[in-house]
Amino acid sequence: MKQRWSVLAVNATLAVIAALTLFPLLWMVSASLMASGEASTFPPPLVPRAPTLANYRELFASAGIGRQVINSLLVSVGATLLSLAFNLTAGYAFAKLRFAGRERLFRTLLGALVIPAQVTMMPLFLMLKQMGLVNSYAGALVPWLASVFGIFLVRQYTLSIPDEIIEAARMDGAGEGRIFIAVVLPLLKPVVVTLSVLTFLGAWNDFMWPLIVLSDRDLQTLPVALAGLSREHVQDTELMMAGAVVTVLPVLLLFLALQRHYMRGLLIGSVKG
Amino acid sequence: MKASRAGWLFVAPAMVAIAVFFVVPVAAALAMSFTDFDIYALADIGNLRIVGLDNYAWLLKTPLFWQALANTFFFVLVGVPLSIAASLAAALLLNSPLARFKAFYRTALFAPVVTTLVAVAVVWRYLLHTRYGLLNHALASIGIDPIDWLGHPQWAMPAIVLLSVWKNFGYNMIILLAGLQAIPKDLYEAASLEGASWWQQLRHVTLPTLAPMLLMVSILTMAAHFQLFAEPYVMTQGGPAQRTVTVLYFMYEEGFKWWSLGSASAVAFVLFLFMFGFTLLQLRVARYKEAM
Repeated sequence: MKQRWSVLAVNATLAVIAALTLFPLLWMVSASLMASGEASTFPPPLVPRAPTLANYRELFASAGIGRQVINSLLVSVGATLLSLAFNLTAGYAFAKLRFAGRERLFRTLLGALVIPAQVTMMPLFLMLKQMGLVNSYAGALVPWLASVFGIFLVRQYTLSIPDEIIEAARMDGAGEGRIFIAVVLPLLKPVVVTLSVLTFLGAWNDFMWPLIVLSDRDLQTLPVALAGLSREHVQDTELMMAGAVVTVLPVLLLFLALQRHYMRGLLIGSVKG
Repeated sequence: MKASRAGWLFVAPAMVAIAVFFVVPVAAALAMSFTDFDIYALADIGNLRIVGLDNYAWLLKTPLFWQALANTFFFVLVGVPLSIAASLAAALLLNSPLARFKAFYRTALFAPVVTTLVAVAVVWRYLLHTRYGLLNHALASIGIDPIDWLGHPQWAMPAIVLLSVWKNFGYNMIILLAGLQAIPKDLYEAASLEGASWWQQLRHVTLPTLAPMLLMVSILTMAAHFQLFAEPYVMTQGGPAQRTVTVLYFMYEEGFKWWSLGSASAVAFVLFLFMFGFTLLQLRVARYKEAM
């Protein structure tokens, strides 16, 4: 009897917490389908009286948000490819290739994690200004080149690959570059997916640096454009909700599709403490 | 020998990138914080002067900077414990053998973590609306008068804490859940044979075993909380009465609105020192407790 009450209490609490957690996201979708002005009536409605896509049409037609969707895609895909190129090679070397000063260099890198990235923003901006990269995709991509976290993630995963496989390839006379591409890379596929989804989501959701480096509206990513729109269109609740849906939905779907890989990255990343 | 050269070649691109776009800027920021780099220096570097510690002295004399520090501390000291408590509670529930549909709940509670902060901040701005917001509507049904969440100096930062807990608790929940699952079952069996209640098991088995993980989680969460920026930028623009101006918001306005990049760099280093100091403090306290 007592057991039955406990089962009920645990599951009811979970259901309530899940409902409260999902509520803002569900309301966002619901309000985005409301007619203009409908969300600002009293009492506040939960569902649209007559669902309409008018807000999405206005968002893409008048506000021209299609451009920012493409910008966000380009920056996120670019960040992902760069991060793979730089972090896979370095992470593999830190795990499997012996070289003088390796351990010390790795410890130094981990130590650098205590410095918040915002410290670099002022000089980085000046540097990019000198190079003519302010207001360019390249400027937005610079912080995604190589990351200590990415290197760490790849290294931790690579450590689980047996040395014998690499040794055997070396015995066969394969060069180091070939060993990496033909032997190691196929084995790293899971961590490639993990690093990709983490980087893509990170770049898509990033705000402060794109806000600083992309002032030209035609180059802005979705979060930056949305922040600007929300300052101009404070009263247009429904339009802003459509903008929020367009921003959130792609990453939410990507996460749902690759959840397992995302969670693995999160857990590997958290053992570093 | 061959592997040694290959090793350097493999790490070189990443190391060069980190050196050029991270190490050099950090050093440059420190140097810039001792200069009066402003909009005139931006136009012509010849206008740049070295001013020693003047930027730091100026910060100490600027009331808005003290306000920003106080606001940030409020967010850290209230937000971090609340966030970790929520994560721990959710993880304990999900780890309960009695819970059903665990995979669904895990995903549902984690979903806000992957959403775009700017977008959900916009959503919350409307949920927190005094008149049409659903939060006040829900509170009205239990007899609480409407609260001007984002318009009242006293409520704006608590409202941002609320959003932040909602957005982030899923992250630590997943980490703590992994920690809970790693606790050997026989510890609980032994405890319940001795007649320990659920509460006693939590206090004497779960929390002590989880302690190192809780320490790590709280250090990382604190570091993230010190970097509060997007929420006030989107929801309150630092207001009302500058009660949501955070250290980073102050840095952004100094550096990229007024183009005082020298003093903005000084702000960044003060923030870094606080984050570093608080991390050391937490490690100290943890070591002290362990020794007891």
